[in-house]
Amino acid sequence: QQQHEDLSTKKLRLTKPSKSAALHVDLCKATSPADALQYLLQFARKPVEVESVEGVVRILLEHYYKENDASVRLKIASLLGLLSKTAGFSPDCIMDDAINTLQNEKSHQVLAQLLDTLLVIGTKLPENPSVRMRLVEVACKHLTDSSHGVRNKCLQLIGCLGPVEKGVAKEAESQAAKDVQKIIGDHFNDQDPRVRTAAIKAMLQLHERGLKLQQAIYSQACKLLADDYEQVRSAAVQLIWVLSQLYPESIVPIPSSNEEIRLVDDAFGKICHMVSDGSWVVRVQAAKLLGSMQQVSSHFLEQTLDKKLMSDLRRKRTAHERAKELYSSGEFSSGRKWGDDAPKEEIDTGAVNLIESGACGAFVHGLEDEMYEVRIAAVEALCMLAQSSPSFAEKCLDFLVDMFNDEIEEVRLQSIHTMRKISNNITLREDQLDTVLAVLEDSSRDIREALHELLCCTNVSTKEGIHLALVELLKNLTKYPTDRESIWKCLKFLGSRHPTLVLPLVPELLSTHPFFDTPEPDMDDPAYIAVLVLIFNAAKSCPTMPALFSDHTFRHYAYLRDSLSHLVPPLRLPGRKLVSSAVSPSITPNEDPSQQFLHQSLERVYNFQHLDPRGIQELLEFTIRDLQRLGELQSELAGMADFTATYLQCQLLLIKALQEKLWNVAAPLYLKQNALASAAAKQILEETYKMEFMYSGVESRQVVIIHHMRLQAKALQLIVTARTTRGVEPLFGMCEKFLQEVDSFQRCFISELPHMQGSFVDKLLDLMPRLVTSKPSEVVKILQTTLRQSTFLHLPLPEQLHRATANIIEPTGESDNPLRFTSGLVVALDVDATLEHVQDPQGTVKVQVLYPDGQAQLIHPKPADFRNPGPGRHRLITQVYLSHTAWTEPCQIEVRLLLAYNSNRSKASTRIPKSTWNESLEAFPPSENSIEGTIPFSKPVKVYIMPKPARR
Amino acid sequence: MPEIKVTPLGAGQDVGRSCILVSIAGKNVMLDCGMHMGYNDDRRFPDFSYITQNGRLTDFLDCVIISHFHLDHCGALPYFSEMVGYDGPIYMTHPTKAICPILLEDYRKITVDKKGETNFFTSQMIKDCMKKVVAVHLHQTVQVDEELEIKAYYAGHVLGAAMFQIKVGCESVVYTGDYNMTPDRHLGAAWIDKCRPDLLITESTYATTIRDSKRCRERDFLKKVHETVERGGKVLIPVFALGRAQELCILLETFWERMNLKAPIYFSTGLTEKANHYYKLFITWTNQKIRKTFVQRNMFEFKHIKAFDRAFADNPGPMVVFATPGMLHAGQSLQIFRKWAGNEKNMVIMPGYCVQGTVGHKILSGQRKLEMEGRQILEVKMQVEYMSFSAHADAKGIMQLIRQAEPSNVLLVHGEAKKMEFLKQKIEQEFHVSCFMPANGETTTILTNPCIPVDISLGLLKRETAIGPVPDAKKPKLMHGSLLMKDNSFRLVSPEQALKELGLAEHQLRFTCRVHIQDPRKEHETVLRVYNHLKGILKDYSVQHLPDGSITVESILIQATAHSEDQGTKVLLVSWTYQDEELGSYLTSLLKKGLPQST
Repeated sequence: QQQHEDLSTKKLRLTKPSKSAALHVDLCKATSPADALQYLLQFARKPVEVESVEGVVRILLEHYYKENDASVRLKIASLLGLLSKTAGFSPDCIMDDAINTLQNEKSHQVLAQLLDTLLVIGTKLPENPSVRMRLVEVACKHLTDSSHGVRNKCLQLIGCLGPVEKGVAKEAESQAAKDVQKIIGDHFNDQDPRVRTAAIKAMLQLHERGLKLQQAIYSQACKLLADDYEQVRSAAVQLIWVLSQLYPESIVPIPSSNEEIRLVDDAFGKICHMVSDGSWVVRVQAAKLLGSMQQVSSHFLEQTLDKKLMSDLRRKRTAHERAKELYSSGEFSSGRKWGDDAPKEEIDTGAVNLIESGACGAFVHGLEDEMYEVRIAAVEALCMLAQSSPSFAEKCLDFLVDMFNDEIEEVRLQSIHTMRKISNNITLREDQLDTVLAVLEDSSRDIREALHELLCCTNVSTKEGIHLALVELLKNLTKYPTDRESIWKCLKFLGSRHPTLVLPLVPELLSTHPFFDTPEPDMDDPAYIAVLVLIFNAAKSCPTMPALFSDHTFRHYAYLRDSLSHLVPPLRLPGRKLVSSAVSPSITPNEDPSQQFLHQSLERVYNFQHLDPRGIQELLEFTIRDLQRLGELQSELAGMADFTATYLQCQLLLIKALQEKLWNVAAPLYLKQNALASAAAKQILEETYKMEFMYSGVESRQVVIIHHMRLQAKALQLIVTARTTRGVEPLFGMCEKFLQEVDSFQRCFISELPHMQGSFVDKLLDLMPRLVTSKPSEVVKILQTTLRQSTFLHLPLPEQLHRATANIIEPTGESDNPLRFTSGLVVALDVDATLEHVQDPQGTVKVQVLYPDGQAQLIHPKPADFRNPGPGRHRLITQVYLSHTAWTEPCQIEVRLLLAYNSNRSKASTRIPKSTWNESLEAFPPSENSIEGTIPFSKPVKVYIMPKPARR
Repeated sequence: MPEIKVTPLGAGQDVGRSCILVSIAGKNVMLDCGMHMGYNDDRRFPDFSYITQNGRLTDFLDCVIISHFHLDHCGALPYFSEMVGYDGPIYMTHPTKAICPILLEDYRKITVDKKGETNFFTSQMIKDCMKKVVAVHLHQTVQVDEELEIKAYYAGHVLGAAMFQIKVGCESVVYTGDYNMTPDRHLGAAWIDKCRPDLLITESTYATTIRDSKRCRERDFLKKVHETVERGGKVLIPVFALGRAQELCILLETFWERMNLKAPIYFSTGLTEKANHYYKLFITWTNQKIRKTFVQRNMFEFKHIKAFDRAFADNPGPMVVFATPGMLHAGQSLQIFRKWAGNEKNMVIMPGYCVQGTVGHKILSGQRKLEMEGRQILEVKMQVEYMSFSAHADAKGIMQLIRQAEPSNVLLVHGEAKKMEFLKQKIEQEFHVSCFMPANGETTTILTNPCIPVDISLGLLKRETAIGPVPDAKKPKLMHGSLLMKDNSFRLVSPEQALKELGLAEHQLRFTCRVHIQDPRKEHETVLRVYNHLKGILKDYSVQHLPDGSITVESILIQATAHSEDQGTKVLLVSWTYQDEELGSYLTSLLKKGLPQST
């Protein structure tokens, strides 16, 4: 009613028809329950303003008491809950009313809904323990209700709102805290499975909220594991797990015997038991949780992989054991004969335990499960357990290797990844390696690449193993030539990890002969390169190896060291004056010569001030060339070298532009020359964007310099425009814009300004008061002189700098067969590319398609198309849809990858990683000078396509 | 005491000729109707005269259930239904119904056309027999008659194999047929809910075996095939038409797909081809992977596997051929074997067990020189491999199923007596349930203790739960009502209604009791003392002192009068209806102890 008065007095409110008033009228009009329900449903569709929530609630409650129909009351109750969720509304004022409604309610459904509303109210008032206590009391009172729905809600409410604080001052409250667990525990054997589930969930909720559960619940929870209903068992497994984490070291008795074991071991055994449950939901749950029980004792852990085989009551060895035995007896892979696996010793019938209550064989079952969800969960759990226990890792190897042949690719991939993660702890036996390598022929690229990754960090025990791996990898290479890079990389690590094992293989691999010269192998053969990569990497830490090389091997080394420097390490070769042999070993790696060279050349450049302009230009040109070459040679310095080279290039362009004759001549005469200056300005701008966005590891120190360079370019642009355009009007706008930019530069990088003594900006800021007041023509003049006089800023180098690169693997661009499709329809083109050092590729990487008619299409790949095989690396596998009108002849289109940037994003000196587009918009309101653009960062690939005219 | 009787006519302590008679609550059910592989005389079929000497079988059997299409489970069906005579319903799953006649026809052809037997069932009989079949779906409850119902569960093993639950009232039996607890490349694992049957009849083929993981065997198999093919050799895999053949086909097909192999794979035409057709149709009966991917591609539409032609055997280059029959004793597989045996590059893989006397058995036992018909000597240079791919549950699997179903009795069939003995002992030890293993013709009787459902009227239930303390889940609750047994149904109704329905007048039964108390005081004082005493003790009950000088405790009346002879003794008259018997007797015993000395 108060609300009504308010409405009538305030005119402003009346313009907006209030919801409460409308609702009231509607509800009064409603003649039947169905009508009222309709009104309520309509009402619920629109949001309610915070101010009128209370009024609406009052009206609803008023109607609630009058209503006879349960369904309408139910809707009102649910609306109450919805309304109390309104942001900014504090529901404590309606709590009493809500509790009161419970008193006389007869319908179970409405009761349940009301309790739900109370739950919402309770969660909205976290800072009010007395309210919570009251609500919990109300819930406890209704726990005896005959409907499962009501009991369900009560338990949920107790779980969410029950007091968890232990050391509350008041005695009564801590008493209640104890009670909460007991009350919930009493409902563990409720007659309704839904209530049982709710009780366990409430208990888990209490745990999540920080209440320490009592250990006494454990035995109760164990009983629930044998429940008839899967949701109860599933929740019970969780509860057992929680308890095992809370009380890992307490001792529990084993029923039917006098022994006692640690609780975590007992729980582990019980959860293992659930891995062979009837319901797959429970099995998944159990298998997942096993992985996180790392405190379990190793004795129990190893049992999970144990499965005693027998045949006709005689002990039989598993295939794994047989393989191991074959291996240790020195014989490798015999063909299996009939009866090879014939059982040997007799088993004592009494000793065979067919259903072990413990952990026996849990993983054996889990990995053989029917549902792949369970198998994946089991593999994940194996991975986690093996990471924490080397001995277990060794044992589970056989099983993981077996999983490489699963029927579902996801499972295979997962097990390969798992194996990679635990590879530090294991050494592969030959027979295991054999199985692993067999998967190299898999037609799925993901699988093969994952396997290469795995081989990179695998330990092999024998030289035969290395040989086997090499042979299989070469086989893979011939079958899938696109895997070249990945295989070479794999062999690089394989070589450097096992130098001593490679050593005895060298003569065979290089097919050298003690007496005869052998023909020189083809240098361009990828397989030969692969062998060399293996050998050279092994030779790095094995100084005796080069003695086995023949002459052409040395020559090939020199060639490969140059052409594939990232795969071939520097070697110290005897009797050869190579760069690396000249270096004394005392030099520490971070002072390695190429790095020194980089710094020295930069040093030289920065001190050029005293040189004449001609000399400066030459010096810059030389340095740029040197740096580019260095980048090609030294892959680890490539980012750094490119970065600085780009910077120097910008400077060079600036200097060149400023030395143009056009500055001395009246503008209209030299329209042609200014093309060079404005082109330079444009290029510098482009390069600065590249510097800012294409390199990962750029710090704010560099960002300042880059922005500074950009500012200079803009100044240059302004000057050029001033010289070439007649009239002053357009200049006004430009000048103003430029000055704004200077201003914002100052604001953004205020902390860095002291480092920029004598720079363009420094001088400009000094002149700022004058600039603001002067005419455009004067501004231009000032700018010109400052630009000429300003010093070249020293670009500090960050620790790590990597250039974002992309390489399109597919389409290869070699096909002569055009992709034919009917015009007007679309054709899907598979694009497969590797990205390196791209931050947040999901947001920035785009695919561009250029049609011969100049039409360009920009495609945003789905976030799911990006895979992350390793740190700093991404893989884009996507489909691009092409379409065009009909052509008479097949023609080539270009596909390339672009890196999108937005200058706003780095406005602040700190970058925000992984900010979504929306967030960045909120954080930086778009200013008029925000520039969005794209940088092409992959070589374009040509695809031959042919849209045919549609047939009638 | 009600009982369940089980008599195996076949498969009792034996493998083959599965046929088990079950009598449960007056219903007779026959489970499976198989033939025995080992015999060619009368013993190959179960002895149906055990059921009835004269008179039609239809009168004695309520239904027949066939678990799956293997001949040792359905081979005698046409003989039983057409030649012996049975017209009642025969239940089997849809795939079984589809494939069963093909196998029966094949069996008939071999026996009649090849071996020249007469007095065997004809093609028409097979057709007539199949007309009596009622197909069921998984988990579908089929009402055979008003009381008997059956329900099928997935059993793995072969396409369409099912376990059946037979239920009459509260008594139930589960028959597993053959089942497999580990999934394979084309079928899932058997599954049953916690149905807690009175009896579980389970197969026990591998009662004493715990098998290695399937993966190792699969991997070995694939590796061997792959190596041989890479060497340029030919691989011969003799198989039976159904079951394993499809599993191996899927296995090779996916492997070829994965590894991008090009060598051709063939399977012999005829039966296998026909069967593949059904595998394509019954996708819902296969495993998770096939079920999930069939929208893109039906796994049984083989890309790499083509039909075999006799002429292909002489083609150069590597190939893999699946050929029937599985034991290399005749037919196509033997022909191909003879052609390829001489080359050491080739390989033959025996995927199953071979009966003694067959070529398969000979080469598996290491014989390298075989004498063929016509005194020819065949030298076997090709490699011989044995790979067991069996689709029966091993001992662990059997135990797992028992754990899932939680039966109160277990009965073992379809296995060897010696092995059963071991499993029986294990089951009794681990689950503490009794386990039986009858021989053929031996009847096992199992006593059951079925619960009897009684209908209760809602009014009575609500009324009774409202009385007394709040219902507690942990304690049984006492109720009052009248049990009406009428027209074969049980009802619990309120006494008033029972009287009304039976047309009886209500009689009240009252107990009265006199208690003597030594109390010299006046009557009303005594009454007051008694009142205070009771009030003090019976706090939960309403104790009232009425103006006429009597006390009521709930509905129990207590009056006190002075003894006619001895004024010092008061006589307390306690009177209660029989409903309050409990409280009444308690009250009298309380009063008999006397009143506390007033101070």
